[in-house]
Amino acid sequence: MRTGIVVFPGTWSDRDCAHAVGEILGEPVRYIDHRERDLHDLELVILPGGFSYGDHLRCGAIARFAPVMEAVSDFANRGGLVLGICNGFQILQEARLLPGALLRNASCEFRCEWVHLRVEQSDSAFTLDARPGQVLRIPISHGEGNFFADAQTLESLERDGRVVFRYCAPDGRVTAAANPNGSLRNIAGISNARGNVVGMMPHPERACEALLGGDDGLAVFRSAIHALARVPV
Amino acid sequence: MYRAEVFVTLKPVVNDPAGLTIRGGLHALGFKSVKEVRAGKYLVITVEETDEDRARALVEDMAHQLLANAVIEDFRVELQQESASPLVAEGRAAELHS
Repeated sequence: MRTGIVVFPGTWSDRDCAHAVGEILGEPVRYIDHRERDLHDLELVILPGGFSYGDHLRCGAIARFAPVMEAVSDFANRGGLVLGICNGFQILQEARLLPGALLRNASCEFRCEWVHLRVEQSDSAFTLDARPGQVLRIPISHGEGNFFADAQTLESLERDGRVVFRYCAPDGRVTAAANPNGSLRNIAGISNARGNVVGMMPHPERACEALLGGDDGLAVFRSAIHALARVPV
Repeated sequence: MYRAEVFVTLKPVVNDPAGLTIRGGLHALGFKSVKEVRAGKYLVITVEETDEDRARALVEDMAHQLLANAVIEDFRVELQQESASPLVAEGRAAELHS
């Protein structure tokens, strides 16, 4: 799985992603500078977490106009796999590759903790290896992860099965107590209509080794490998 | 030259955790009559344009493209004509004297 990891000024989770994909899964990885315009050598592009451009104005608002984003958009439209994690999810929304927006956490607090996610659908490129209803334990680390979309957008996301992950209790029940940031309908991750672009607030790359507290995040990256085996880019 | 003040606010349907927290603080201070607080962003943008309509159109274009996110935010632009800023004036004076 030829993987590229985009690095903007202020990105902080690029090396964790490279470690997960390159060291743990043994797949070829390279970093993508935010000024690059050619992604033709890649099968998967990851927009990692962090604080691109200092999160000034809005999270992801400035990164969206970096030269690389036009290439990411073309890559996604060609069917390439794109995973936006945390700040990467915010950037995908600002770039209108995914709908909705991520507001400040309802608590106004930065939340850094382990959460449970219920896999809502296993058709996306990043959940093929999971089964609907499966619960993954993955950490979050964000101040602005409060998913918002207008009522019409929410309905279409639900109707079309584009809600990929929901925050849940350890037993899989979707409860208000399990919602760490006030996200509408406990939404933690969504996909585009085609299922090749997924954005999620939790950090699967930080849950890929038992030594570090759990390896449920591997399912996300292994799913991408299997998605590529099924439909080559 | 025009000076534009841009007010970016969350749409009424969007929850505003910062506004709610500030309201809580005001209540704690004893301002019991505070009913609602909405927090937002305030930007001042100076553009070197001579035509008011063009200056307004430019700033509104900036707001649509970058300053506000139409999914969650509204914006309002207030425009006023301004004389050259002191720095620019100094620069011009320097040019005249050189």
